[in-house]
Amino acid sequence: MGPALILLYALSLLAAAALGREAEAGRALLEGAQAALPFAMQLAGGLCLWSGVTELLERAGASALLSRLLSPALRRLFPRGADDPETLSALSENVSANLLGLGNAATPAGIRAAKGLKRLGGRDELCLLVVLNTASIQLFPAGAGSLRAALGAASPFDIVPAVWFSSACSLLAGLGAAALLRRLWR
Amino acid sequence: MALRTFAPLAVPGLVLLGMLAAYRSGADVFEALTAGARKGLETTLAVAPALLALFPAVWLLRASGLPELLGQLLDPLLKRLGIPGETALLLLLRPLSGSGALSAAADIIARAGPDSLAGRTAAVMLGSSETTFYVIAVYFSAAGVRESRWAVPAALCADLACWLSAAWICKALWG
Repeated sequence: MGPALILLYALSLLAAAALGREAEAGRALLEGAQAALPFAMQLAGGLCLWSGVTELLERAGASALLSRLLSPALRRLFPRGADDPETLSALSENVSANLLGLGNAATPAGIRAAKGLKRLGGRDELCLLVVLNTASIQLFPAGAGSLRAALGAASPFDIVPAVWFSSACSLLAGLGAAALLRRLWR
Repeated sequence: MALRTFAPLAVPGLVLLGMLAAYRSGADVFEALTAGARKGLETTLAVAPALLALFPAVWLLRASGLPELLGQLLDPLLKRLGIPGETALLLLLRPLSGSGALSAAADIIARAGPDSLAGRTAAVMLGSSETTFYVIAVYFSAAGVRESRWAVPAALCADLACWLSAAWICKALWG
């Protein structure tokens, strides 16, 4: 991240000098710094509310229900991993946490699943797990909605159907590319 | 028409459903909501330092005129793909840095307006994608696997599909 930031600043200063935007650039740094905290506070409201709802759903047993529903799909996608009960439970924990938007729970479970798949020799299945985690499968886009709310959208969550559509396209493209590439890759 | 009338109630309705489900399984509803709020505050505190460090950089970048230049350069390509030129910076940052993408999206949405086509497209792109390269690095290094094999090209296919479908659906719904 360090070199990228240095490059970002250097490029910005060069561009500001070349494009005659010195005055704006001079003010921008402090304006950005001042905008950051109010923005974080605005965002916090939405995040806290949605984390509460997620907590409710979890305590009502949503994770267990999702794991049961996901089990057939996971068996098809990860035949090797599904044979090992521990890896299968880590896989379903990872996917259901991702669906509920619990990033903090999804990563440790995903890493346990990745280690299990490595142990079982599922090299392609490990790649598939990673691709699944790079595609966002969150059922409710709390972050994007809270961002819109923080910036004054009239109806912050009206983007939900669009997010579902775009997530589904992205997931299908990832799965399709995986199915194709695992055959071609040597 | 009923759909349009009641759609705004979907989110509070969802909260009510969550409370009913938790209540039925014997959970303490208020305690669960406050525990969630605490987690939300922790998340905010975790990202706030990164936002404080990155907002000045993104503001400086924006003021320098470079993103417009980039947008103009990429415009023919983006236009052909149907993607709003304003989102160029978000597309470049999204796979690399989560807080960088959040800062860029906040900037785009604030400037274009939260209910503009570009603002909505940026929000949808942000909501339906992940920090691809970060995820790949975390998983492979945690599992102790050096070769990521086909994970990068497949994940980038998914990202490309995400940008294209987000731009398309937003134009179809709000264009």
